[in-house]
Amino acid sequence: MTLPKEYLEYPLRRYGYDHDLYDWSILFKRKPVEWPNGAKMAVWITTELEFFGLDQPAKPFKAPGGMVTPYPDLRHFTTRDYGNRVGIQRIWTALDKHKIKSSAVVNSRVAERYPYLVKTLNERGDEIIAGGVDMSSLHYGGMDDAVEATQTKTAVDTLRKLSGQKVRGWLSPAKSESFNTLKHLAANGIDYVCDWSSDDMPFEMRAPGGGKIIAMPHSPEISDRKIIIDNKHSEDEFVEQIQDQFTYLAKEANRFGGRIFSLALVPYISGLHYRVKYLNQALDWLMSQKGIWVATGSEILDVWKKQQ
Amino acid sequence: MKSDLQLYDYWPYAKRPKIVWPGGAKVAFWVAPNIEYYEINPPLNPKRSPWARPHPDVVPVATRDHGNRVGHWRMMEVMDKYKVRGSISLSVGLIEHHPEIIKECVDRNWEFFSHGIYNTRYSYEMDEAQERAIIEDSIETVLKATGQRIVGYLAPALTHTERTIDLLAEYGFLYTCDLFQDDQPQPINVNKGRLISMPYSLEINDIIVYNSYLATPRRYGQMIKDQFDQLMKEGEESGTVMCIPLHAYAVGQAHRMQAFEEALEYITKQPGVWVTTAREIAEYYYENYYDTCQADILARKAG
Repeated sequence: MTLPKEYLEYPLRRYGYDHDLYDWSILFKRKPVEWPNGAKMAVWITTELEFFGLDQPAKPFKAPGGMVTPYPDLRHFTTRDYGNRVGIQRIWTALDKHKIKSSAVVNSRVAERYPYLVKTLNERGDEIIAGGVDMSSLHYGGMDDAVEATQTKTAVDTLRKLSGQKVRGWLSPAKSESFNTLKHLAANGIDYVCDWSSDDMPFEMRAPGGGKIIAMPHSPEISDRKIIIDNKHSEDEFVEQIQDQFTYLAKEANRFGGRIFSLALVPYISGLHYRVKYLNQALDWLMSQKGIWVATGSEILDVWKKQQ
Repeated sequence: MKSDLQLYDYWPYAKRPKIVWPGGAKVAFWVAPNIEYYEINPPLNPKRSPWARPHPDVVPVATRDHGNRVGHWRMMEVMDKYKVRGSISLSVGLIEHHPEIIKECVDRNWEFFSHGIYNTRYSYEMDEAQERAIIEDSIETVLKATGQRIVGYLAPALTHTERTIDLLAEYGFLYTCDLFQDDQPQPINVNKGRLISMPYSLEINDIIVYNSYLATPRRYGQMIKDQFDQLMKEGEESGTVMCIPLHAYAVGQAHRMQAFEEALEYITKQPGVWVTTAREIAEYYYENYYDTCQADILARKAG
């Protein structure tokens, strides 16, 4: 057998990338960024409020955290729902201790099903980031463009209507995108996207067909899902890695300008009874650090953007 | 398919000819940063899919890019601090994409070897002409960009054919990193010329440790130290080789840097370690031990 000759052809072997979504840039060669009041570290804490339907399709794959057993998978449906009822309340209590404003990634179906969550987020002054329609409504390469247009618009419009917030940020369900996702986000007035972990600082992306969107460094590493569920590390080790991440970035900030510490929390993971103690430990430690600026995604974005 | 490609002979670890590395060192230590380019929408190989999700598979693509934009520069700084020159396992296509990285490595006199053109183009199902084209592209492109004639190889994404190893010897390579049967170099059976296997690692490799063993950063640091201590002990009898293969997108994440730095400090401050490159190990081995070791292998085979 042999491979077609195209397999050894490289039409996009060129300077920069093999795509036009954003430009190649080295973090350490950029102009330093300054955060308000001389802070070195912007602290950006996000939570994810997701709806996993019992009828979650595997098209083209199942979003992590979804249904596992044959229908009706009540065990996963209810354990995920636990996060939206009990878990998030515990996380809010932990955040309130330090008056931390956070940013919540919300599926529009969560906003429709649980108005209490949207009302509480608004009362807390938290920012709502659009998290798509629900965890069954994935964005993925090869999907029908009209379906994606509807999914994007439904999610953003619903969240704007129900919360009254501008809703400037987006995080795709399962951080999955098609090559057209940025186009649809731009068409719906989204300013920043959280799916692209290519950098530790924001960077500008090009939406196909025109328009700019900023990629925000929402960490796929310093997240309870990654460390506790995927890597199966203990709660102590979760706290340790939060501290190591912050400490390293803070040292870097002294030399290269402001950095962002992103902590991604899922209520059905960090909001469990035996775990929330460790989240409290991490937050106590974090908030005792010098030179921090606790901010929402939009606040960080605006300060960064003014300096570009 | 064959049950064994007979690339090397069985060679018991005990009572081998004594290897002593330069300066009386017991461990030859080298670090292999994999500087890789992963295409966002590569053509498909019938034997292996580059990405788990439909393209673009945003998180893994972006994470690998983070290695080049962010992680590489952290890793390189720590290596500078402990005076470790890298032996780079290079996606040769990256020379065009990110020449700034190549320039920094050339300036540091790091060694380059080929890891294919892209880590998203696999050797499976290639005919001989195609596999030769990859090797020739690697030799010519790296020579033009760095002035170095590459002498080492690690197949792209560790994808091989039955002829890969023979081709390397034919093109005058000194070593292959594709074989993991030993903690010392070993003469390899090839059709023409000579070749040795250079101990690389799929154990203390950051990708294996972090993505397969799901280790914490501190456990990785401890594993590196433990491996080094063991090879140092065994190196009394006959010199061993330790390689730490790295990927900036794994080791260069902020929360993993401290543990790695501590491990590198631990190794480089010890007496009896030769901190070097793969090419230098290979050249020293050919000069001093290839014939002795080959004779020992043949003598033991003959019983």
